[in-house]
Amino acid sequence: MDATFASRVQFGMTLAFHYLFPPITIGLGSMLVFMEGTFLVTGKPVYEKLTRFFVKLFGLNFALGVVTGIPMEFQFGTNWAQYSRYVGDVFGSALAAEGIFAFFLESGFLGLLLFGWDRVKPRTHFIATIMVCLGSHFSAIWIIIANSWMQTPAGFAIVGTGASAHAVTTDFFHVVFNPSTVNRLFHTLAGAWQAGAFFVLSVCAWYLLKGRDIAFARAGMRIGLIAAAVAATVSIVLGDSSARQVAYTQPTKLAAMEGVYPASGIAGLHMFGWVNESSQTVYGPELPGMLSWLIYYDSHATVTGLNAFAPQDRPPVNRVFQAFHIMVGIGFASFGLTLLALLWWVRGRLWTARWLLWPFVFAIVFILAANEAGWMTAEWGRQPWIVYGLMRTHQGVSSTVPAGQVWATIALFGIVYAALLVLYLFLLNQKIQHGPEVEHVSVPLQGERHPWDEEQDATPVLIGHQRADQ
Amino acid sequence: MALNIIWYCLIFALFAGYAVLDGFDLGVGALHLLAGRTDSERRIVLNSIGPVWDGNEVWLVVAGGALFAAFPYVYATVFSGFYLALMVLLLALVFRAVAIEFRSKSPLRSWRQSWDVAFSGASILVAFLLGTALGNIIGGIPLDPAGNYAGSFFDLLNPYAILNGVATVALFMMHGSIYLVLRTDGDLRDHVKHLANRCMVFFVLMYVLVTMATLLYVPRMGTHMKHRPWLLAAPLLTLLAIANVPRQMTHKKNFGYAFVSSCLAIIGLMALVAIGMFPDLVPSNSTQHGDLTLFNASSTPQTLKIMLVIALIGMPLVSTYTIAVYWLFRGKVRLDKASY
Repeated sequence: MDATFASRVQFGMTLAFHYLFPPITIGLGSMLVFMEGTFLVTGKPVYEKLTRFFVKLFGLNFALGVVTGIPMEFQFGTNWAQYSRYVGDVFGSALAAEGIFAFFLESGFLGLLLFGWDRVKPRTHFIATIMVCLGSHFSAIWIIIANSWMQTPAGFAIVGTGASAHAVTTDFFHVVFNPSTVNRLFHTLAGAWQAGAFFVLSVCAWYLLKGRDIAFARAGMRIGLIAAAVAATVSIVLGDSSARQVAYTQPTKLAAMEGVYPASGIAGLHMFGWVNESSQTVYGPELPGMLSWLIYYDSHATVTGLNAFAPQDRPPVNRVFQAFHIMVGIGFASFGLTLLALLWWVRGRLWTARWLLWPFVFAIVFILAANEAGWMTAEWGRQPWIVYGLMRTHQGVSSTVPAGQVWATIALFGIVYAALLVLYLFLLNQKIQHGPEVEHVSVPLQGERHPWDEEQDATPVLIGHQRADQ
Repeated sequence: MALNIIWYCLIFALFAGYAVLDGFDLGVGALHLLAGRTDSERRIVLNSIGPVWDGNEVWLVVAGGALFAAFPYVYATVFSGFYLALMVLLLALVFRAVAIEFRSKSPLRSWRQSWDVAFSGASILVAFLLGTALGNIIGGIPLDPAGNYAGSFFDLLNPYAILNGVATVALFMMHGSIYLVLRTDGDLRDHVKHLANRCMVFFVLMYVLVTMATLLYVPRMGTHMKHRPWLLAAPLLTLLAIANVPRQMTHKKNFGYAFVSSCLAIIGLMALVAIGMFPDLVPSNSTQHGDLTLFNASSTPQTLKIMLVIALIGMPLVSTYTIAVYWLFRGKVRLDKASY
């Protein structure tokens, strides 16, 4: 049990840290496609400037995502060996497919995205941008498939008994399209798009407040606000259908999300609150019958509560409740903020509304927190199962790895990741402070002629400034 | 059963692909401090692998994922058994990537030198640990009745495994030095050629030692070749590929061919491991549990078939754009505005 706890802490810690980066990679990658696409269509230099600047931030973010992602691929084997044996036939194929379809695509074209500006035509570079963006989306697809199978397993059979029992794929289509895949995929992607949009909005709002790079920042704000509005809408719509699906497929998780204890009854919705797990009460403002209505479109419908399940089959309630409410709260707040800014933009007063720009500088932190909280809702809500209804978490842990070794590696990861985070923020800040200013026009290096020189003569392409030592 | 054999070959092919590709950038990293004598030389060294190291490392991730999917019992046993060693490997990979990304972010001398040492040290450590892990697999590990690793962390540091670790460092150093010769010019290139010559001597020495040690201590690695003499073509071709490296480097002065030979040598060595171990993936040297083989450690035929379809769709695409990107970034390294 102790080794299980240690391994859960390690997996949770390394994944929580890793998951700061993929949402930005997915979201910012999509933003880059819009920015570069807009540049190619309109030919306006400001969009090239946007693309080039955010590509640099993207590169930093991507590197962090890759290096923190490598340990994830191996930790199933190191810390969850029994789980790996149990589900390898099903779960392993999704991970391998992620590698073949997504990781190769992303990293293969990343070099071109970051370093290829002077080596290929602008259109070819745009293709690289699209491929990196597609790759990050494919990655999301396969990892959500794998994770959704842990939530709502389908398309498998259990063979063998006792210690040799394991799951085998009987229908790959049903593994891929298990009951929760589609809802969870688009809800997760929408969260990531919001992260990308708010990342751009944060930088641009800050430039506006500082009164620098005004044209650049306004262009970025416009693209960012449109993307944020679309993403927030998708996120809320899919979040709603995702919760409804959880009610049907993982009733213990839904009950924990709202702290519903009575085995059967009409359930309300809390704006926020605190669950006392021993007295089975929730303190906080409640909309009576609202949960019943949201799930069944009937405020008198009955919802299955936690007491309908044996105590050893229930997830930790307050943690799930808090994570869920943090996610929903931030989701609606960011939606409201986006709408407000759109309104002020239409009224032509956004650029001087300092009180409205300041929240955008910091909103990205909350958006990332919401992404993390959503993931925690899903995973804590799945407990005590590692595969819902099939295998308990403590059954999946590696029997040969002592807790002491896991605590030692937790300490090592803790030190390295803390240093990583400090460096990441330092470099991010440095790049943002340095800004996107343009100082010179592209010149071919060492007398090389670019294949598109003639086109370039017609419309000089501006290059983002980088210091000579970089 | 044919599917199991195909996947046995594919897993080795993925690890061979990883060794060929990440091998040269780990080798470049291992030589970083020696090859680059000034800051601008070190920048050239770093930028020679700049656009590709990330993609190369993905081969390890994919090989790990494919092993999980095709042989989950091997994935579970090896990775949980080699827990501490693997965690150190992962942290070294993290640290190495961080060093590559962050070195150029400040012009401070102390900043850059610290990251140079981190980059080089981590590259050597990664190569060493990979080789040591392979050495342990070849030599066999104790398995308990449940099929778990029954030894300790220090059992992994046996002389045969360490010898394999050092040989891997030597191999990657040779491979990386030839890559650097291809990607540099002028004074730096002359310097790197000298290094390449020393690396070749180092590797050939280690190659002879590992071969002798394997024949003496792990004789089962030669059993298949003894019974099917045509298989001896594999060690012979590997030997020819290895011998061709110094021939091209010093006599023919065709460094492109030297690099191709070095790639073929790595593939040949991996093929020797695959042939020698067949059909084992993890030979057991305890009596409590038999070997983990390509038959008893695999996923179901259904899953292997699906995975094969995925690989057949994915890998040609991967090969195409990997070659395209290498083609675009061919030639000598020039530092430009987007460089590290």
